[in-house]
Amino acid sequence: MQIFPFIVVVWIVGIGLYGMVTSRHLVHQIICLIVVQSSTYVLLLGVGYVTGGAAPYFFDIPLHTRAVDPVVQALALTDVVVEAAVTALLLSFAIQAHKRFGTLDPQELASLRG
Amino acid sequence: MTPPVRRWVFLVGAAGLAAFYLFGLSGLPGFGHYPGPYGFILNRVAVPQTNATGVVSAVNFEYRGFDTVGEEFILFAAVAGMAVVLRHLRGEHEGRQPLDEASDRDLPPTSDAARMVALLFTGPIVLIGWWLVSHAQASPSGGFQGGVVIATGFVLLYLSGEFRVFHRLGPADVAAAVEAVGAGGFVGTGLAAVAMNLPYLKNFLPLGTVPGAVSSSGTIALISFFVGLEVAAAFILVVGELLKQTLLVRGKKR
Amino acid sequence: MMATATAFAPATGLMDALQVTLLLLVAAGATAVVLVRERVTQVLVLSAYGLLLALLFLAFQAPDVTLSELTVGSVLLPAVILLTLAKVRKREE
Repeated sequence: MQIFPFIVVVWIVGIGLYGMVTSRHLVHQIICLIVVQSSTYVLLLGVGYVTGGAAPYFFDIPLHTRAVDPVVQALALTDVVVEAAVTALLLSFAIQAHKRFGTLDPQELASLRG
Repeated sequence: MTPPVRRWVFLVGAAGLAAFYLFGLSGLPGFGHYPGPYGFILNRVAVPQTNATGVVSAVNFEYRGFDTVGEEFILFAAVAGMAVVLRHLRGEHEGRQPLDEASDRDLPPTSDAARMVALLFTGPIVLIGWWLVSHAQASPSGGFQGGVVIATGFVLLYLSGEFRVFHRLGPADVAAAVEAVGAGGFVGTGLAAVAMNLPYLKNFLPLGTVPGAVSSSGTIALISFFVGLEVAAAFILVVGELLKQTLLVRGKKR
Repeated sequence: MMATATAFAPATGLMDALQVTLLLLVAAGATAVVLVRERVTQVLVLSAYGLLLALLFLAFQAPDVTLSELTVGSVLLPAVILLTLAKVRKREE
């Protein structure tokens, strides 16, 4: 239990990268990028966890209860929302690529010249 | 590089990455044994200092407010970039002759059950999103979460089959203006602090007496309101732009 | 939901078992998202993966991140991807 979440993180990164490297469709590649991004949220929250700690909200628990780290939660939560918008931008690039080159295969797109 | 070769090169690289990662993990304090003083200090001082019982939102908008300005502008730039990329596409479209690419198929009508459920829930979802935006300092809520919930309420309008209502209720220029107000309001709150000879984004509004009440914690509630506006408008713009792209071909024959 | 998130803290053994189960499910879900071949099925698996991630974040005592991930990962991202797929497929006809 000491490092098990971090092993799950490296597994998710590895399988997501494998999907990106061997992909034949741009939208599939973008979905694998979403999976790789999700591993960073798990990593952030795993680093800040305190055994036996409560959520850092003190409106119904007494003020000096042991709580988990709030800073990594703040980072992860803005992360989730912002990376969704960046994914939408990537999808619009995929639409543009399909319009210009007629194909969505990244291995064919790599060999096209403007 | 042929696909099997690519796969083997990747597996070798990934094995090396995993080896280094696991070697690095051996020096970590382990899951659950968080050592750092910063988290514990913040948990102890956040409520007395800012009267906000939601420490995560206090960190987002007060202790690390400058980082949140940066993240919000990543969101803003991504949506602006998307509007620019897709607008070029639309301009090229208008020169072509409109042709009905799916003339042998009919749009299946949305079932009444789906329409009723979607329309019934739109109002409560927008209300819940607004409640989340305005209670950043009290409970697990805040500008970012409430903003995406409000945007989901608008997407439900599209899912119920009334996509023209979606376009009328969330037109692109109004959504873009609201997004600009949200982003500008956040920066403006910081600049208002500078105008009073305080550091940028310092909390200058009265802190209130009850920790966790809606009117307490000064600028945290105000910034959460602006962030909620911006995130909701950004996602409505994103979905609206993509919807316009999908409907463009069909729209020609009306 | 928010009150029970703070009441999760005692009973450390139960939290460990729940976290381990959810971590295994998340690893399996990530593998499923990458390996599914059909596009529309992959988007639905992605939506279920977002729900699993949200449950994992709740077990890590982070209700804020749960709220964001639930809405974004289960509704907004799959909707945007499906709209893109519809746009791209329309041209392929």
